Amino acid sequence: MSGAKMAETQIFHDAASDRGFRAKWWTGRLAIYGLLLLWALICLFPIYWTLTTSFKMAPDVMKGHMVPWVDFTPKWLGWRSLGLSPDTWGNESTVRAEFFKRFANSAIAALASSVLAVILGSLAAYGLSRFNYKFGWMRNADISFFFLSQLILPPVVLALPMLVLYKELALLDTRIGLILLYTLSVLPIVIWIMRDQFSSIPTELEEAALVDGLSIWGAFITIILPIALPGMVAAFILSLVLTWNEYFFAALLTSTHANTLPVMVASQTGSQGISWWSMAALAWAAILPLIVIGVVLERYIIKGMAAGAVK
Amino acid sequence: MLARTLLFRGRGKSLSGSGDLLHVVSNDNISAGRRSFGRAIIWGSAVVMVAVAVAQLMQVQGWGSFGFENWRPTLYAYVLWAICLCWGQVLMHGEHGKRTLFVLPAALFVISLTVFPLLFGLVIAFSDWNLSSPNGRQFNGLANVRQMWADPFYWNAMLNMVWYVLAILIEYAIAFGLALALNAEIRARKFFRVAFLLPLMLSPVAVSWMIGKSMLEARFGPLARLGRALGWDDPSFFGSPWIAKLTIMLMDAWTFIPFMMIMILAGLQAIPKELNEAAKVDGANGWRAFWEVTFPMMLPVSITAILIRIIFKLKLADIVIAVTSGGPGGATDTVTSFIFREYRDRSNVGYGTLLAMVYLVVIIIVMTILMKLADRFARPRT
Repeated sequence: MSGAKMAETQIFHDAASDRGFRAKWWTGRLAIYGLLLLWALICLFPIYWTLTTSFKMAPDVMKGHMVPWVDFTPKWLGWRSLGLSPDTWGNESTVRAEFFKRFANSAIAALASSVLAVILGSLAAYGLSRFNYKFGWMRNADISFFFLSQLILPPVVLALPMLVLYKELALLDTRIGLILLYTLSVLPIVIWIMRDQFSSIPTELEEAALVDGLSIWGAFITIILPIALPGMVAAFILSLVLTWNEYFFAALLTSTHANTLPVMVASQTGSQGISWWSMAALAWAAILPLIVIGVVLERYIIKGMAAGAVK
Repeated sequence: MLARTLLFRGRGKSLSGSGDLLHVVSNDNISAGRRSFGRAIIWGSAVVMVAVAVAQLMQVQGWGSFGFENWRPTLYAYVLWAICLCWGQVLMHGEHGKRTLFVLPAALFVISLTVFPLLFGLVIAFSDWNLSSPNGRQFNGLANVRQMWADPFYWNAMLNMVWYVLAILIEYAIAFGLALALNAEIRARKFFRVAFLLPLMLSPVAVSWMIGKSMLEARFGPLARLGRALGWDDPSFFGSPWIAKLTIMLMDAWTFIPFMMIMILAGLQAIPKELNEAAKVDGANGWRAFWEVTFPMMLPVSITAILIRIIFKLKLADIVIAVTSGGPGGATDTVTSFIFREYRDRSNVGYGTLLAMVYLVVIIIVMTILMKLADRFARPRT
C-alpha cells in the first residue's frame, strides 16, 4: 500500500502516511509497555511493601516511608520478634519454634497430598485416556465427569460433615486428616492436566512396547511416565501451591498440633495489638517459598494452567 | 448429564469411546481356584468390615462393650476392603483387572471422601447438633429449613455471591487486555510473566494482611495515603457496605486475574499467525481484526476460563474471613464465610450443614444452566 505512494513522492523522505504509521507504532509500543509496567507495579508493590515494612520501626510506618536507606534505616525489629534476625538466631525462641512447627506442618501436608494426588490422578487419567471402562452404567465419559465435577463441590459442603467424621475417627487435628482432604481437593485438577498430557502421547508407543513383551503397567512405567514427566511436574507444582495456601479446612479441622502456616498468619492478623513489622515479617516468611517456586518454576505453573485451555 | 462437551472440548476424541484408545487382546488363563480366591478375599474383607461396623454401632447404642475408643477400626477395615477389592480385580480378571487398577484407587478415594460425607451430611442437615453440648444429635425435621428461610444474613450472603460472580466479567476484560499485551512483541517477557503470576501464588491469608490490613489501613496504609493525595478525605476501605464489597472484589481480582490471563494467553498463542495476517491483508485494522478474528477464535477458551473462574469464585472465603469477617453488617459475606462464622460462633453443625447443602444444590443448578448456555453459545459457527 505504502509502496505505491512512495513512488509518487521524493525518494529520500518517508511518505506522510508512513510517518503517521511510525508514530502510531510508537504510541502502540508505549501503551503496551505502559500497561505492562503498571500491572507489574500493581502485582509487585504489595510484596515490596511487606518486605520493607518488616524492616521498619513505628515512626517509619506512621510517616509512610517507603524506600530503605533513603528515607528510613532498616532495622531487624520485625524479624527479631520472630526469632529470625541474625542476633537472635543463636538464642532459644518460642516464636521461632512455633513458626517452624507450622512451617513443617504446611510443608508435610502440601508435599504429601501433592504426591498422593499426582500418583492417583496420573493413574486414573492414563486409564481414562487409554481404555474403555464400564462400571455399572458409567462409561469413560461419565467417570471423567465424576472426577472433574468434584471441582464444583465447594469445600464448605464437605467441611462440617468431615469435622464430625474426623472427630469420630480421631483424625481431627492430625496431618493425615488434612492430607486426605487436600488430596481430594487437588485431584480433579491433576486429572485434568494429566489427561491432557496423556492424550497427546500417541498410543503406538505402548503398542510397540506391548509387542516387545512388556505388560501394560510395565509399558506405562518405563515408556509413558518419562514422556509425561513435564506434565506431572506441572500438576505437582500447581497442587503444591494450592495446598500450601489452603486455609479453610486447616482453620476448621486443626487446632494445636497440625495447624498450618496460613492458620498461624490468620490468627496473628486477628489480634489487634500485634505490630506491623512483626506481622509483615511473618507474612513475608510465609510467602517466601511460593515466591521462590514462582520465580524458578514459572514455566511449569503456566504449563499446568494452560492445559485444558486449548487442545 | 451436564454439558460435559464444553469442559472436555478438544479431548472428545479419547472420551467418545472409540478413537484413540489402546486395544489390547490378551488371553488370560485364569484358573477357577484363582478366581474363587479373588472373590473370597473381596467378600471376606467386606464381611470383616460390616462386622466391625456393626460391633461399633452396637457399642454406640449401648448394647455391649467391645473396647473401641473411636471409629478407627471401621476405617481400617474399610481400607483393608478397598485393598482387597483392587487385588481381587487382578485375581479375577487378569489383564482386564490390571486395567481397572488404573482408575479404581482414585475412584474409591473420591467416593469415600465425598459421597460418604455427603450422605452423612444429609443426615446431619436435618438435625440440631451442637458439638459442644452433651445432648448429641437431635433430629429436628424441617426446623433448620424454616430457620434458613427466615435468615436474612444467609440470603444476603447469597446475593453477595451474585455480585461477586458478576465482577468476573470485569476481571475477564482486564485479563484479556493483559494477555494481549503479553502476546505482543515485547522485551523482558519472562520478567512480566513471572511478575504477573506472583499474586496467584501467594497465600490468600497472607495477602489479606499485606493488602487488606496494612496497605488499605485507613491511617498509615500507602493506598489510604494515595487516596488522600487524590482528594478522598476519609479513605476507609471497609467503612461503607458498597466500598467494602468493592475492595474485597478488587483483592480477589488481584489474586485471580493471573489465572484467567494465563488461560487466555495460552489460547492466543494457539491462534495461527496466518489468520491475523490474512485479516491485515484484507485491510482490517487492529480493532476490527480483534473483534472479527481474535475474539471469536478465543470464545471457547474464554468461556472455559470464565466457567472455571466462577467455580473458584463460588468458593471465595479466606480473604473475607481474614479481612472483614463479613462486615460491615454482612456486606462482604460470602456463603462460605457466613457458614464458617455460623459454626465458629454457635458450633451448630446441623444448621451449617443444611445451609451448605442448599448452597450446593443452588450451585449445581446454576452451573448446569451456565454450561448448557455456554455450550450453545460457544458452538463453532461454520
